[in-house]
Amino acid sequence: MPIILDKVSHIYGEDTAMAVMALNNISLVIPDGQFIGLIGHTGSGKSTLAQHLNGLMKATAGNIYFNGEDIDAQDFDKKMLRSKVGLVFQYPEHQLFETDVFADVCFGPKNLGLSKKEIELRAYEALKLVGLEDDYFYQSPFDLSGGQKRRVAIAGVLAMKPDVLILDEPTAGLDPKGRDEILDQIARLKRETGITVLLVSHSMDDVAKYVDRIIVMNKGSVMYDDAPREVFRHYQELEEIGLAAPQVTYIMKALRDHGYDVSDEVTTIAEAREEISNYFARFAAARKER
Amino acid sequence: MLRDITLGQYYQADSVIHRLDPRVKLGTTVLFIISLFVFQGVWGYLAAGLFLVLVIRLSTVPFKFMVKGMRSIVFLLSITVIFNLFLTPGEPVVQLWKLTITREGIELAVLLAIRLSFLIIGSSVMTLTTTPNQLTDGLEKMLRPLNKIKVPVHEIAMMMSIALRFIPILMEETDKIMKAQLARCADFDSGNLIKKAKSLVPLLVPLFISAFRRANDLAMAMEARCYRGGDHRTKMKPLHYEKRDYIAYVVVVCYLVCGIAAGRLIG
Repeated sequence: MPIILDKVSHIYGEDTAMAVMALNNISLVIPDGQFIGLIGHTGSGKSTLAQHLNGLMKATAGNIYFNGEDIDAQDFDKKMLRSKVGLVFQYPEHQLFETDVFADVCFGPKNLGLSKKEIELRAYEALKLVGLEDDYFYQSPFDLSGGQKRRVAIAGVLAMKPDVLILDEPTAGLDPKGRDEILDQIARLKRETGITVLLVSHSMDDVAKYVDRIIVMNKGSVMYDDAPREVFRHYQELEEIGLAAPQVTYIMKALRDHGYDVSDEVTTIAEAREEISNYFARFAAARKER
Repeated sequence: MLRDITLGQYYQADSVIHRLDPRVKLGTTVLFIISLFVFQGVWGYLAAGLFLVLVIRLSTVPFKFMVKGMRSIVFLLSITVIFNLFLTPGEPVVQLWKLTITREGIELAVLLAIRLSFLIIGSSVMTLTTTPNQLTDGLEKMLRPLNKIKVPVHEIAMMMSIALRFIPILMEETDKIMKAQLARCADFDSGNLIKKAKSLVPLLVPLFISAFRRANDLAMAMEARCYRGGDHRTKMKPLHYEKRDYIAYVVVVCYLVCGIAAGRLIG
């Protein structure tokens, strides 16, 4: 179910002296099944944008359409929208409240008024999707590690079976291992269920490996909206707004500057490895000929 | 959503009143309130009104901010006025069915209305020109003599300033958790009272946990900086009186004398 944003603006504290333009005339189409990275520096409006997509915040101007329907219309079912567009907040583990993990994951589907059987089935599936072992299901969520808590919180949103999953900085505050685990899990989830995933982040390295489209935000406007390769071509402009291309792209550029004939449009470590081994193969072949 | 709510409603400006020592402002406010009850007659109220206008002028705070504070007591004010209007015995002026408005009633109602409005405006001048932290600092210093009878003044002041500091943080946290639960289709405002109360559990439990976590962190940070409270602690911004504070005291005393004299001699 596609989401369409038509000239959406949001102003914080309108009509006061401290009015801030958080979103400025944004038009976007989020089609089904894409894996999108939403990137921006702190305060660029990316979290604000995320909260507009499931109707938690209301645009001060412009319209948002979910599946062709205006989400600000009087008779629009906001509850349905929130179950279809799942939003996982920053530090989602802070929203856990139930006595055990399983009950907490049941909270979302329970609010949808499903049958008990369906609720438990969904909760079980969601916990499996995020890769939490059965042993933890009946423990208090507060006894788990940070990474595990976060998975439970993500499962709490997944249990509503959303068509679109938005994750606001899902890796904030995790160690590198926890970060990779969560991101791999999300990528697997995307493959297995085919849902649309919108990953909000300020780290290019997090995003470059997984997504097939990057939206770069700066000061409330969309600056770039393209495939990762195309976006990273503007690495100098990205640096100016406090972002950067993935580290591996810089390494490849440095190699190229030193006269090695490799492509610098590489964004992931896997691609870089292939590019470098190709270079060695070409080099060896040229040597043999001589 | 909730972020706009601030306690203490401090209005940022750089005026004489803002720069006064908080103790002066606290003391003056208390004296001013007492004076409203001591002064008599029209002239006494005129003196109080003039004093108030002078202070508001000096503070450079727009008058509409004072009126904002009035909004909360409109209900109380109208009840007081109505009761006094109808229930004071005396010389009847208007007869409405079984209710009688007397001359004494009108006088009393007007005076009480003025007294109450002055009281609220007077104290909001103080909260508008003093930050909550300055206020607790001033209170601490003023109440220091109570230490002698084993009242933990410093600790109480510290608790007050921490509580004040945490209000906006907890507000923000509430907003965040509320949104997170709304994203999981939580319903906070339908159903009967019991259902509504139950629906607050997903909001209150995380909020309490986070409050305890923050309290724990803060205690840790204070311990790490060797905080002990108590007698020998020095302050980064110690309060001491300056020339303007003495002048302010003189002005206040003049005001009191004039007010009482006006009430006694003319009125």
